[in-house]
Amino acid sequence: MIVGAPRGLQPVTGTTHPLSAVQETLSPVPDVTASCHIPNSSSSSSGGGGGDKEVVLTNGKPVETSSPASASSLLNRLQLDDDLEADTLDLYASTETRDLFVTVDDPKKHVSTMETYITYRVSTKTSRIEFDLPEYNLRRRYQDFDWLRMKLEDSQPTHLIPPLPEKFVMKGVVDRFSEEFVETRMKALDKFLKRVADHPVLSFNPHLNAFLTAKDLNKRQGLALLTKVGESVKQAAGGYKLRARPPEYCVMGEYLDTFNQKLGTMDRIAQRILKEQTEYLVELREYGSVYAGWAGSEDALTRPLEGVAGCVSTCCGAMEDLSEGMSQELLPVLREYVLYIESMKNVLKKRDQSQAEYEGRLEAAVIRKQEEKTPVPVEVEKCQDRVECFNADLKADWERWQSNKRQDFRQLLTSMADKNINYFEKCQSAWESLVSQLQDDQAENTNETNCD
Amino acid sequence: MRTGQLTTHTHTHTHTSQETRTMADSDSEEAAVLDNTDLTSPESENNMINTMVERETALLKKIDINVAESEKRSGKNTVNMQETYTVYLIEIRPANAAEGGLPVGDSPWRRYSEFELLRTYLLITYPFVVIPPLPEKRAEFVWHKLSADNLDPDFVERRRLGLENFLIRVASHSVLSKDKIFYQFLTEEKGWREAVLETGFQDKADSRLKSLSATLRVKNPDKSFTDLKQYSDELNSAISHLLRVRAKVADRMYGVYKVHGNYGRIFSEWSAIEKEMGDGLQSAGHHMDTHSASVDDILEEEEHYADQLKEYLFYTDALRSVCRKHELIQYELEMAVLDLASKKQQREELTTGAVRVFSLKGMSSKLFGQESPEQRESRLAALQQSIQATEDAVLDKNQECREFMRMSWEEVKRFKEQKDRELREALISYAIMQISMCKKGIQVWSNAKECFNKM
Repeated sequence: MIVGAPRGLQPVTGTTHPLSAVQETLSPVPDVTASCHIPNSSSSSSGGGGGDKEVVLTNGKPVETSSPASASSLLNRLQLDDDLEADTLDLYASTETRDLFVTVDDPKKHVSTMETYITYRVSTKTSRIEFDLPEYNLRRRYQDFDWLRMKLEDSQPTHLIPPLPEKFVMKGVVDRFSEEFVETRMKALDKFLKRVADHPVLSFNPHLNAFLTAKDLNKRQGLALLTKVGESVKQAAGGYKLRARPPEYCVMGEYLDTFNQKLGTMDRIAQRILKEQTEYLVELREYGSVYAGWAGSEDALTRPLEGVAGCVSTCCGAMEDLSEGMSQELLPVLREYVLYIESMKNVLKKRDQSQAEYEGRLEAAVIRKQEEKTPVPVEVEKCQDRVECFNADLKADWERWQSNKRQDFRQLLTSMADKNINYFEKCQSAWESLVSQLQDDQAENTNETNCD
Repeated sequence: MRTGQLTTHTHTHTHTSQETRTMADSDSEEAAVLDNTDLTSPESENNMINTMVERETALLKKIDINVAESEKRSGKNTVNMQETYTVYLIEIRPANAAEGGLPVGDSPWRRYSEFELLRTYLLITYPFVVIPPLPEKRAEFVWHKLSADNLDPDFVERRRLGLENFLIRVASHSVLSKDKIFYQFLTEEKGWREAVLETGFQDKADSRLKSLSATLRVKNPDKSFTDLKQYSDELNSAISHLLRVRAKVADRMYGVYKVHGNYGRIFSEWSAIEKEMGDGLQSAGHHMDTHSASVDDILEEEEHYADQLKEYLFYTDALRSVCRKHELIQYELEMAVLDLASKKQQREELTTGAVRVFSLKGMSSKLFGQESPEQRESRLAALQQSIQATEDAVLDKNQECREFMRMSWEEVKRFKEQKDRELREALISYAIMQISMCKKGIQVWSNAKECFNKM
């Protein structure tokens, strides 16, 4: 029962993941290097060639090897994460060794008799050998992304696949073709693709390659191939029930539930703040215009009143910017992580199934052994291997995800603080210039009075 | 602001102070200008330095006025119903203990209704004065957090300040400060009410109807007063609109801040499940709590600004009252002039015998024959006398009218200067308030940012 790919032999370094390259210079090279000669991955851009070709097949061919994960690679990744934590300034180093850059931008609307849809430009720049050209530019629509994600999920069942933005939108509530919606979706798709491209395993998936390079995606072919794999996973899981989830995975599950709940609350808070700010803005605008109106019926007070009106209007502008920044930045990230949690839960479930299968088979084998005195069948051992791979992949992805999450939220919340600071600074400077202007006026008046 | 040490300051402008003291000071300066009412020289009005000397005469120079305390009481009202009300303790002290000065009375407790009576008395007795307004009777233009309950401690406290401000404004006014009833109000708890009523000020009160008809029938309204009336209407609508919108802005701002408080809670809860991020989140949560709490102080401070605006909203009524008084006098003058004209016409008819227009008198004389020359003579003499009296009355009215205009115009001028100065200062201090609010915001978010950065 080989599901997806034989694994566990290919060390992470062989995949020339940009971050792993950094790692390699710092930690001893893993000793499990059996199936593959390790390319010079620290200078991954050009040197990674020979080895990579063996593991990663070109588009359209059966996926047999793909997910290099093992205990040692896990260790590797764990250390990598530690390293990231210790030194966030190492960002330069990691971008230098990164060799696959993807961008999603420039949405376009297509209207045909059959349907109306949006395509996005997907640009790729890479030095990886498995790409024929260093640069690609093509257009993809949402359902192509959806295809890619399905492929990834099927071909790498042990890995956490980043989420796509929601597929279905409430008709009538959201305008699918509105600039705002398309922009938000585009950013989410960009995020998705970047996360895949940055992943040490997923980025070598041939489907990604096809998605980034093929003029036409032959979706059917890929689908037929992977249905087999997908089914085998399901079959394998069928009929076995996990007795007890190991505590470490229980903790993960609990964490995801709580985090999900907190994200939901944060989303509600953010939405509510936006609503309050919108209403505040409405009143504030009128407030400013009342001052301006009053200035019309005064002589000596015209300047101060108009000044206040001007400041209030500056504050309105600043508030508008703040709200816009928040709704464009904060909300999408919160939503992405809600979806991420779903993906993560999915992987957890699959792991449980895999463990259940192993336990079930082992139990059966043990009974048979007692009865027939036969050795534990190879089948069961393979099952055990798979569970271990699953565990290793999951843990690695979990750590990776945690580290990403930490960075994302640090960046997000810091930027939220910055935006608020910026808002207050704009208001403050407006009021300060008004005060100094009025005090100058006053000083002038006093001088005039004294001179009289 | 419970001290109310509102004595002498020899500086002209206090830009930064937002307290009533500023108002009182500037008011007394203006009052001092009015001390020169018998002088017509414009220099004494414009020269602030000169007026500093004149301030000596104002009552406020001699005493400190202080509404020191408020107290809830309950008792039976006139229709024997149980009611709860608030009384305010008025304390006066010699401004300069060394001088001794005026004897100090018994620190009376006064109800709001007594303040109202005092003001009505002043309004009627000094029709040409822009009488300072009382603080609002019921809380108006409130935003939701603010209680509209008359017994609410915050409301009572703000009213206490407002009443104190009122007394200080009256005491620093050149004319009003010399009023005996006012002085008794400050010093004698018992018998004051009776004393006010004894003055018979109520008889002088003009009925609404009378003033309304005057408004409608004045033929040659004075341009400056119609302008003033129009201005007070404009000011009234501008300020009331402003206050209404400000209350809504305050409501919304409160909402924005308080909803941020939820971040405080959620960060703290979230931090419980995080390892490395936990500490940063937890402390950022505290800063969000601080942020949310800070709005209470900000809005409380803003309420003082609103009170300043409210005072000027109520001042517009005082302005209108002066305008009404002027209309009444003007109307009376016009009536007297009309009366004189008709009497003079009668006299002309009587002397010439000619009836210019067809009249009942003419008819009757034709029907019943001519009256005797003696009769005519005595009628003429009576008419002559009446004309004389009416002429005197016209002269008097004219004089009164001119006097009223002169005095009220001084008053209006004083008021406008006071208004321009005080509102300008109020706007500046409002702007300063906004700056400090922004600084608080920047501080809190910078602290939060530091925590986020550590995550």
